[in-house]
Amino acid sequence: MSNDDQTYSAAGEVAIVTTRRTWAQRAWRELKKAPLTAWFGLIVIATYMFVALFAPWVAPYGESQIFDTPYAPWSSEFIFGTDQLGRDVWTRLVYGARNTIGIAVATTLLSFLIGGSLGVMAAINRSWLDQGLSRFVDVLMAIPSLIFSLMLLSIFGSNVWNLIMIIAVLDSTRVFRLARAVSLNVVVMDYVEASRLRGESLGWVMRHDILPNILPPLVAEFGLRFCFVFLTIASLSFLGVGIQPPTADWGSMVRENAQLISFAEYDLKAAMTPLLPAGAIALLTVAVNFVVDWFLHKTSGIRDEK
Amino acid sequence: MHPILKTILQRLGLGLLTLFVVSLIIFSALQFLPGDFATAVLGQAATPETVAAFRKELGLNDPAVLRYLQWIGGVLQGDFGSSFSGRSAGREREVMELIAPRLWNTLFLAGMTAVIAVPLSLALGISAALYRNSLYDRSINATTLTTISFPEFFVAYILILLLATLWKVFPSLANVRPDTPLMDRIYMCALPALTLTLVIVAHMMRMTRAAIINLLASPYIEMARLKGVSSSKVILKHALPNAWAPIVNVIAFNLAYLVVGVVVVEVVFVYPGIGQLMVDAVSTRDIPVVQACALIFAATYILLNLFADIVSIITNPRLLHPR
Repeated sequence: MSNDDQTYSAAGEVAIVTTRRTWAQRAWRELKKAPLTAWFGLIVIATYMFVALFAPWVAPYGESQIFDTPYAPWSSEFIFGTDQLGRDVWTRLVYGARNTIGIAVATTLLSFLIGGSLGVMAAINRSWLDQGLSRFVDVLMAIPSLIFSLMLLSIFGSNVWNLIMIIAVLDSTRVFRLARAVSLNVVVMDYVEASRLRGESLGWVMRHDILPNILPPLVAEFGLRFCFVFLTIASLSFLGVGIQPPTADWGSMVRENAQLISFAEYDLKAAMTPLLPAGAIALLTVAVNFVVDWFLHKTSGIRDEK
Repeated sequence: MHPILKTILQRLGLGLLTLFVVSLIIFSALQFLPGDFATAVLGQAATPETVAAFRKELGLNDPAVLRYLQWIGGVLQGDFGSSFSGRSAGREREVMELIAPRLWNTLFLAGMTAVIAVPLSLALGISAALYRNSLYDRSINATTLTTISFPEFFVAYILILLLATLWKVFPSLANVRPDTPLMDRIYMCALPALTLTLVIVAHMMRMTRAAIINLLASPYIEMARLKGVSSSKVILKHALPNAWAPIVNVIAFNLAYLVVGVVVVEVVFVYPGIGQLMVDAVSTRDIPVVQACALIFAATYILLNLFADIVSIITNPRLLHPR
């Protein structure tokens, strides 16, 4: 709709017309009011995503390209030196962003798909299905998840697909609890009953009536669960039973370069090398936590204190 | 029967039931083993007869219920079966023999951490609630929020870099032996214990602070204030007794979390504990050891949570004096 002087338009007649802001405009308005910590978190996340998506262009060398000198010091040729096999640490870090974050996101998505749909279904059904699933989840949650995933990995063997499946299933118990709890409040609404009476299918009711209403807490939970999954995968890889070499990944990079730390007296920079991937993990977790904190504040007004 | 006794008995029963189901799950792990597992354990050179004998020894030919009863019966008497490792070479070891000294090491480390972390976090939490919104409170809050989101190995390596290599205050390896004297043992465990402390203090301290601040809005605190009671006395005498239940809960939760955190920390510091044993067993797929470790970890976790539940029931004044 154009708004120039020649044509007649309501917008031209009336002094102030309240046009509905687009989604982007509303998002921008909210962002402008966001605290510094949230901005910091968003910028960090955006940078990580950029690096992860464009890893082959950002990294100077190939993912498992091997050079002559293992444990080379930091230099202009190798920004952060090379690792125990002579691979460029900076390149491994960049590709590690892609692998580690990619696997963590895939796992979290899968766990939300499983936990979310079962949780909503249990809330609608409220009978044997609800009872059975809830008790099953209670038992699964009684075993510490790192220990449980260690046990399952020893049985099924360590590879990426097993890792994703095992952690997604174990983590979906938490999602199930939350999804079930929040949708219980929505299921009793009249409009849900109306659509069920209208003969809508279970899937339709879940997608159109319940999901939009439980989305804000689920989105916040997605951030927190992502952190948790990310840390679990990093810990497992660090222990040597997660993502397997030669795939570049931050957890195993810490373990592979850990010995360098004992040379701190002679070469402080080289000793920092194992801290780089660990720091990358920590920074992303802090950033996601900041953003989630702000988002929770916005959507529910939860405050730390009065 | 006193209603509180009834609730406690119910919780105990529920806890035992959970333990039973968890042991079932851990046991049935063996069922999902791929078919070629006996070959994988015994090595490629194993003859079909030895593979068959091994399968028979694992009891894979018996019905599952019978095997579960045998296994759990052994576990209750402290017998976890024999380890897979070294089996092909003909030297097999009892799982219990491997676990017992390491379990004691892990308990020592966890206990040492708890002795440092629990009083520290209580003191920090109470003082942060006392000087709420001051610079002290805010700086403690910011520090703890960041340490919460750090992975354990990051904290561990930073501590090693600072305290073991740049300034040689503590050793970076905690490879204690059974004959290490107590003082040396404490000295060697300093860094692992410090790492675990940093990881769990944050959570406990924040919950303590939140529990107390929550109560400060209640009318009876207002009343005490109006009477002219000093603010430290309000917190220690009036707020704290009512805050015990959530605080004990979070302490038990974090001690249970120690069980998990201990795995990573033991690997970093090469500490001969049960966590490291489990990780080694996972990479060599030594299932009996993995099962035993998982059962011990899960049982500790469940018992600590059960203990927290019971303490929070006992300390709740409203449940102690039924109408």
